[in-house]
Amino acid sequence: MSRLYVARNPRVAARSLDGEMMIMSGRDSTLFTLNKTATILWQSADGTTPLDEIVEHRIVPEFQVEAAEALQDAETLARELASHEILQISEEPIPQRNNAAGESRPGEAR
Amino acid sequence: MSALMQEMSAKALKLNIPLSVQIDLTYRCNERCVHCYLDHDDHGEMTTAEIKHLLDEMADAGVFILTLSGGEIFLRKDFFDLLEHARRLMFCVKLKTNAVLIREREAARLRDLGVDSIQISIYSHRPEVHDAITLIPGSLKRSLDAIRFLKSQGLKVTIANVLMTQNAQDYPGVRALAAELGVECTLDPTVTPMMDGDRGVLNLGADQNMLRQVFRDTALVGDVEEFCAIPAKPGEDDLDSTPCSAGHTACYVSPYGEVFPCVQFPLPTGNVRQQRFVDIWRHSAQMNDVRSIRLKDLTTCPSCTHVSNCTRCPGLAYLEGNMRGPSSQDCGKSFARTGVPSANMLANERAGINPLQGNSGSASLVQIRALPAVSSATA
Repeated sequence: MSRLYVARNPRVAARSLDGEMMIMSGRDSTLFTLNKTATILWQSADGTTPLDEIVEHRIVPEFQVEAAEALQDAETLARELASHEILQISEEPIPQRNNAAGESRPGEAR
Repeated sequence: MSALMQEMSAKALKLNIPLSVQIDLTYRCNERCVHCYLDHDDHGEMTTAEIKHLLDEMADAGVFILTLSGGEIFLRKDFFDLLEHARRLMFCVKLKTNAVLIREREAARLRDLGVDSIQISIYSHRPEVHDAITLIPGSLKRSLDAIRFLKSQGLKVTIANVLMTQNAQDYPGVRALAAELGVECTLDPTVTPMMDGDRGVLNLGADQNMLRQVFRDTALVGDVEEFCAIPAKPGEDDLDSTPCSAGHTACYVSPYGEVFPCVQFPLPTGNVRQQRFVDIWRHSAQMNDVRSIRLKDLTTCPSCTHVSNCTRCPGLAYLEGNMRGPSSQDCGKSFARTGVPSANMLANERAGINPLQGNSGSASLVQIRALPAVSSATA
């Protein structure tokens, strides 16, 4: 089975407000807020870590859910975020060019 | 504003987070608009490194919407460097510009950097009127060319028009032009006093007849009867509300690092060359004073018929001499809308003052001065 890679779309605007991520679409300025799972997915979407590893290391320990089910849910969520051009998804690693060096969680107050 | 943005603003208000900040990158300008409130000399603008450092601090403080304005932002040679830094920090970036320096290349770069929207000043659809306001021959053509370049890149553009005696009859033409270009259009009937306190420029603003005409134009206000209705008596909740977002979820930073509650509210609250942005935001006595004001605390307005739906700008009131006082310009707008004089107008009349002029203000209230750059923040 092929692996899925996810990356933050550099065209969006994003900021964490009291732990809740606000994302403004670069396509049409629609504002979204992400729930806790989606926020973890967004923060981990570096383009090089496969989705199954994000689920295994970040989502399963946080929510204490079964890994296979969590991966299926995460794939559905990633595809939904991609449909709004918030995330990019690919079966190959996605090079990132617009994230600040050393900024591990873009959009989050440090 | 979308419901979700309103929800986020309410949350930011509760958490004391500056959701939206305008930075003027420079007061220098390549136009000389007759109504402009700025001094166009450079008194010691923040350096590239200082502005990048400020942007880092603002991202840390939770700022989401960043408006870059001026003066003319494209006169800064480091403009794209600063914009790139801002987008790397994932701000939602909005620009205010006259667009004279935007050609195909600049428009493509703005698109690549993911700018949210660009507001461009257009005062008339007729070159002889627009160029007589900017005092730059050919400026309307340059700005309109730029709008076409930006639109061809798929960028969101808004035309901002200011209603003045000089262009009062042209706003329908500007709206038609905007429709033809496929862009939004706003009309602002407010002329702001000069930052040095000079109020002479207010004579260029729209008079009562013009305001009455504009406020009864269905194309602008929709239901005229509703828009011009005499407001209902305010409830307790109305009087407990805050005047506007200035100092609550929004503020302004000048090219010299001064932090004010709003671009139109030049109350000095601190300088980012001397203090961290977030410390000024949270701890400035002046900022907290602004935050403490409720409508019921104002000097004349609580007893006014218009208090619950007046456009009173606390910054314009401050420029008249008292941020808890009325703003005569806004009294004039309420009067033009409804035909009912405000409490302030009646009080002025009794005191023998021109009811629509108000106080003359004080130049000493306003601060435009350069502070020496802090060496550690300078590359």
